[in-house]
Amino acid sequence: MSSRELILGRVRAALRDAPVVPEPPRDYRPAGANWADLDVLVDRLVDYKAEVYRVTSAEVAATVAGLVGEGGAVLVPPGLPHLWRPEGAFADDGLPPDRIAGADAVLTAAAVAVAETGTIVLDASPDQGRRIITLLPDVHVCVLRPAQVVASVPDAIARLDATRPLTWISGPSATSDIELNRVEGVHGPRHLHVLLLTD
Amino acid sequence: MSEPASASSSTFLGMPATAPRGVGHLRGDRPFPQAARDALQNSQLRRNLRHATTTIRGKSGRVIAELPDWQALRDAGSAIKTDVMSRLPELLVELEERVVAAGGVVHWAADAHEANRIVTGLVQATGSERVIKVKSMATQEIGLNEAFEAAGITPVETDLAELIVQLGDDKPSHILVPAIHRNRSEIREIFLRAMPGVDPALTDDPPVLAAAARRYLRETFLSTRVAVSGANFAIAETGTLGVVESEGNGRMCLTLPDTLITVMGIEKVLPSWRDLEVFLQLLPRASTGERMNPYTTMWTGVTPGDGPQNFHLVLLDNGRSAVLADTAGRSALHCIRCSACLNVCPVYERTGGHSYGSVYPGPIGAVLSPQLTGVADNASLPFASSLCGACFDACPVKIDIPSLLVHLRNKAPHAAAEKAAMAAAARIMDRPRWYASAQRAAKMARIAGRRGRGLPPPLSGWTAGRDLPEFPEQTFRDWWSGRTDTPARPAADPPSPGFSSGVSGSDGGSSAGRDASAGPGSSAGGESLAAPESSVGRESSASPDASAGRESSAGWEDER
Ligand code: SF4
Repeated sequence: MSSRELILGRVRAALRDAPVVPEPPRDYRPAGANWADLDVLVDRLVDYKAEVYRVTSAEVAATVAGLVGEGGAVLVPPGLPHLWRPEGAFADDGLPPDRIAGADAVLTAAAVAVAETGTIVLDASPDQGRRIITLLPDVHVCVLRPAQVVASVPDAIARLDATRPLTWISGPSATSDIELNRVEGVHGPRHLHVLLLTD
Repeated sequence: MSEPASASSSTFLGMPATAPRGVGHLRGDRPFPQAARDALQNSQLRRNLRHATTTIRGKSGRVIAELPDWQALRDAGSAIKTDVMSRLPELLVELEERVVAAGGVVHWAADAHEANRIVTGLVQATGSERVIKVKSMATQEIGLNEAFEAAGITPVETDLAELIVQLGDDKPSHILVPAIHRNRSEIREIFLRAMPGVDPALTDDPPVLAAAARRYLRETFLSTRVAVSGANFAIAETGTLGVVESEGNGRMCLTLPDTLITVMGIEKVLPSWRDLEVFLQLLPRASTGERMNPYTTMWTGVTPGDGPQNFHLVLLDNGRSAVLADTAGRSALHCIRCSACLNVCPVYERTGGHSYGSVYPGPIGAVLSPQLTGVADNASLPFASSLCGACFDACPVKIDIPSLLVHLRNKAPHAAAEKAAMAAAARIMDRPRWYASAQRAAKMARIAGRRGRGLPPPLSGWTAGRDLPEFPEQTFRDWWSGRTDTPARPAADPPSPGFSSGVSGSDGGSSAGRDASAGPGSSAGGESLAAPESSVGRESSASPDASAGRESSAGWEDER
């Protein structure tokens, strides 16, 4: 007997009482119950130590350039809108990890943002890129369109495609392992900047 | 049919089986009361624990209060888990199909031995002599690191707390914060002693300690080709797995290597993608007290050009089928490992995680470990509780831990002896302040020499001092409620604010979940073991509203 058959056999035997379970109640606020409030999003992002800037699309490139400083190397995913790219930005075309880690910052779009939890979700679309590019640089700048902001977790789940690689980000990397003090910045990017578009 | 199958039927193929002996970390070397006595002598440990659990309860209560539908989410979470258990075979088969369709490989491991063999073999096949690991209860449960070392493979724990534990040659003591028993200066000392290349000028400032870990592990992340993880959930409908974390070490392990091996207990499967909308709200708020944890990674099989190109999922039984077979005990499998029950538990707060012997400490450990191993192998754990009910109130998936404890006590082989031993230990738990006082020295001196007669100090000290019998005839519970002059649960309405009646099955409260679990009322108490040192107050476990982050609890330390 294979272990697969063994385990499935054990589990079936364990359920010999044939429990009948009703459909789970879902009386919580479902997707679509609330409007997304951008101010709540900003409040929650800031609370978890992200920095938020409200800018127009035309201001993105200059804002990013200002954040990384002169000569800073900005990595972008291949599908990032050209308008957003600061001068001298380099695109990921399958770069090796050390090149990615060498970037001063990475600039991406996002798939969805959750106002209530201050969460940004990346789904590896061409304007967000491979997961590795938002992991190794120390600064992540993420551009959000207002229409991408939803109110709650159920709204986000309804919008996302489960089969894409998903990264849910709520503030910069943090740990509470030392006496429960939240310390920003362990292994992931130590700085998260969110550019919320106003146009 | 209350118990369709039991541990003793494990010899029959296809019957539910408990976790085997001699491998993994589900059994302690010593019974709980003995281990607890030692822990109680460590006042630094108690201080660290108290600070940590108090902090986390306050944070958790505040973010839970932000959600108007917390109770509805708990109801949904509980019901979804009940549903999962009732159709586990079909869900596992569906999950397997989806993972395979998405380019993953699925392995089935009947027990710890088999899981260790599978994972070790997979690593050896890659030729790598080192693996990076994300904190995972399942791999601790099966003793995977020991199996790696026996096979000449070096496992590197990448979670900061696990790293502290590993460098300190120590054991984890908390599900979520494994180094909760270490404070900053102890961590600094461990790093200075055991972290290669560490800056000798290291201070004990937490950001400085975190930065040291970042530097130390960066190169390892980039150069290791194999990672091992656990999983917080797996979606049968889509084949999607997820890891919830904070530091980014999880993202590193789940993104950078060529090969990813995930070990997951079979109970972690969820039916549909939509179910995540419930658990992603419950888990972070109950666990770390955050609206959302910093990072959650979800992946479905293999994505060409992005992340590991070889993905293996190891589905682990190791006693879970035996837990499932007990209709009265199976809800212990609903646990999402948030650790909220630890953080509200007065026994855990005094004894720490190590006393429980198993990798699963605290209230959930007291019901899960004995079921995974068979009650005989963890016979004292079901008694390691006062049945105060705080764990039930705190649990985001509403596991009725007190009722499970009572059920398991009835299955313990020597219930009377266990009760007596625990009652003795409980007296000490009740009086850490007394225990630590100068008075103690005098009394200990006075009773010196009585040691061989019965209980060793400090128990003998207390009994001598209090002039009480060493082994009361009553059950622990009766004994306890008798001496607190409060009605035994569930008779009286809980004072408001005060303890809920715990075991009664309702939440005893209108608003957010944890509110009913405690309150600063000194008249409350019921069967709680809690008579904490002055600032301990379980009250912050409750009070989901920010204003109620009450932490004072004058009146709790009286002798009642
Ligand atoms: S039993 Fe409940 S409260 Fe305890 S760790 Fe599990 S889910 Fe959390």
